Amino acid sequence: MNFVLIAEQTLNGLQLGVTLFLLAAGLTLVFGIMNMVNLAHGALYMVGAYLASFFFQQTGSYLLAVLLALAGTLLVGIVTELVALRTLYERDHLDQVLATFGLILFFNELVAILWGRAAIFSTIPEYLTGHVQLAAGLRYPLYRLVIIGVGVAVAFVLWYVVARTRLGMLIRAGASNRAMVAALGINIRLLYTVVFGFGAALAGLAGLLAGPIYSVQPGMGELILIQVFVVIVIGGIGSIRGALAGALIVGMVDTMGRAFLKPALSTLISPSAADTAGPAIASMLIYLLMAVVLTFRPAGLFPAAR
Amino acid sequence: MKYKTGTLLAGIVTAALLSMPALAQQKVKIGFISTFSGPQGSIGEDMKNSVELALDHLKRKVGGLDVEIIYGDDQVKPDVGTQVADEMLKKHQVNFVAGVIWSNVMLAVAPKVTAAGTFMIGTNAGPHQLAGEGCHEMFFTTSWQNDQTPEAMGKYMQDAGLQDVYLMAPNYAAGKDMLTGFKRYFKGRIVDEVYTRLGQTDYQAEISQLRAKNPKAVFVFYPGGMGIQFLKQYSEAGLRGQFPLYSVYTVDELSIPAVKHAALGQLETRYWSQDLKNEANQKFVGDYRKKYKGKTPSFYGAQSYDGILLIDSAVRAVKGNLADKKGMIAAMRKADFASTRGKFKYGHNHFPIENFYLLKAVAGATPTADPVMEIQQTVFKDHKDAYGSACKMKW
Repeated sequence: MNFVLIAEQTLNGLQLGVTLFLLAAGLTLVFGIMNMVNLAHGALYMVGAYLASFFFQQTGSYLLAVLLALAGTLLVGIVTELVALRTLYERDHLDQVLATFGLILFFNELVAILWGRAAIFSTIPEYLTGHVQLAAGLRYPLYRLVIIGVGVAVAFVLWYVVARTRLGMLIRAGASNRAMVAALGINIRLLYTVVFGFGAALAGLAGLLAGPIYSVQPGMGELILIQVFVVIVIGGIGSIRGALAGALIVGMVDTMGRAFLKPALSTLISPSAADTAGPAIASMLIYLLMAVVLTFRPAGLFPAAR
Repeated sequence: MKYKTGTLLAGIVTAALLSMPALAQQKVKIGFISTFSGPQGSIGEDMKNSVELALDHLKRKVGGLDVEIIYGDDQVKPDVGTQVADEMLKKHQVNFVAGVIWSNVMLAVAPKVTAAGTFMIGTNAGPHQLAGEGCHEMFFTTSWQNDQTPEAMGKYMQDAGLQDVYLMAPNYAAGKDMLTGFKRYFKGRIVDEVYTRLGQTDYQAEISQLRAKNPKAVFVFYPGGMGIQFLKQYSEAGLRGQFPLYSVYTVDELSIPAVKHAALGQLETRYWSQDLKNEANQKFVGDYRKKYKGKTPSFYGAQSYDGILLIDSAVRAVKGNLADKKGMIAAMRKADFASTRGKFKYGHNHFPIENFYLLKAVAGATPTADPVMEIQQTVFKDHKDAYGSACKMKW
């Protein structure tokens, strides 16, 4: 274990963390403010990935494709909110889970009909490929650095919007006392639609960034959604700060566990036992962490102020 | 008298009508389990396409009887697979359960089906348990035992004199079989063995570890969507030039359209290839392309096509008497059908004894076409799996 490897794994953890953050930010807002469990959040991630690769193929311009995909996912999010989710706010969580699970099936089948069930080829433009020499012996893929950069920028913008703008004030107010905000003459329904669309666009952003690294295929959202829920539970439901902290912790713990748990264990127990136990424990690590957090801080690390 | 004849006629007609459902029931019911949803759904789609093509070729009759096929989605989950199998056995009362991609699902489903006295025709997963002590007279497979394919790659890499190989596979039944099989024939130094989570999407952490270990070659098993992700990330990290990659079940007709040039030049071992020169295979591949918009089938499809033909041969041999299970077992043991891999024999554990080839992804016919898999050489002739001796079945 040398310095270069640890630095590289830290970057890997950071990159996974910011991808999770983009998804968690939208989900936690929807959950915290609208008190709505949205399992279909992963579907919007998938929609973003599909739209970006489709527009990139059609237009040949990556930046244009990114903008169109973001606008597209925002639109899909708003339409979904208006058509399906609006009727669910007053219902209990079980109804919401059932309905949004239905939406997952709907979106998966829809993309399978439009683009086929097989994974599609999605790529990045020439200028984002290649590696950057960060230090002696440490070369890191440029595209993954771009993801980290975008994630950090989004985190900053989100903090600014929520903490410093009028919209952010309304969002925070809506989270703490919905009836009061409505009584003051704010159109809370519109606010919900805006927040949901915003969350959808963030999920779409995560999807379009992740598409070229992972694979763009029906059901890609569900693979990552479970980890996103872990992030929210650890960070505290409804809190952007919690989502950021949770995402970075989960990203780091998962990456470090996969990388270093087996070698670390083999110094304690026999190498063959470590071979078996290492991967098994590494894949459980984030859930163990969640259990520990739930035991000591049931509301998460940074619960939203109530 | 006239009255009596009338009654008699009415009686005959009624009896005939009553016996109609019994006649109509004389059809073959096949339950086909695969993965049709989620990221691995494209494998199920290829299998289903091939099953439908086989039925087309058989003019929608299996062994001369009408056929009803029920598809079930296991979602890559053993518990869901068992439920689906249960429904097929109890509600649909199928004569055959076929399919199953994943070894962990197969280990749950196969014993349940065979215990119910129903045939299980595996068309992909070949966990070692079912080839050895857990073999069963009602279980046949048209694919392979998991270890066989990596054994071929192990032998090829051993003969090529490679050293310092780094091994990677997902952490489940088949992943362990694959690395065990590889090590049975590869005797050189192994740098490390890494198991990743089944269904993992990001391999960057493992790729960083791999680079730090600096192996001379890498051997992996990443089926379905995992293969697409791994190949892309391996290629993107610039490792393909640095550490030559060898694989099984990773580069195939389903992953190539998603990774394109990242597959070019990759080596795999396999018992089947689209360019295998025999009549049955050329017909299968040609008609598949015609029926499904120019798509090329994968080995998943070829095995499933063979599975239907195997069932057809069994039902034909007993002249449609589906109650004659002994007769059908005896017929299937002969493997008397036009397999896409060419003629093969069954071992006494009902696993095929077949050839294994080295395949390479070469450039397609036109510059914009996807790479295609082509046979380079034969690694094993009539290769038997390693677990048959533990199977107590007598023929």
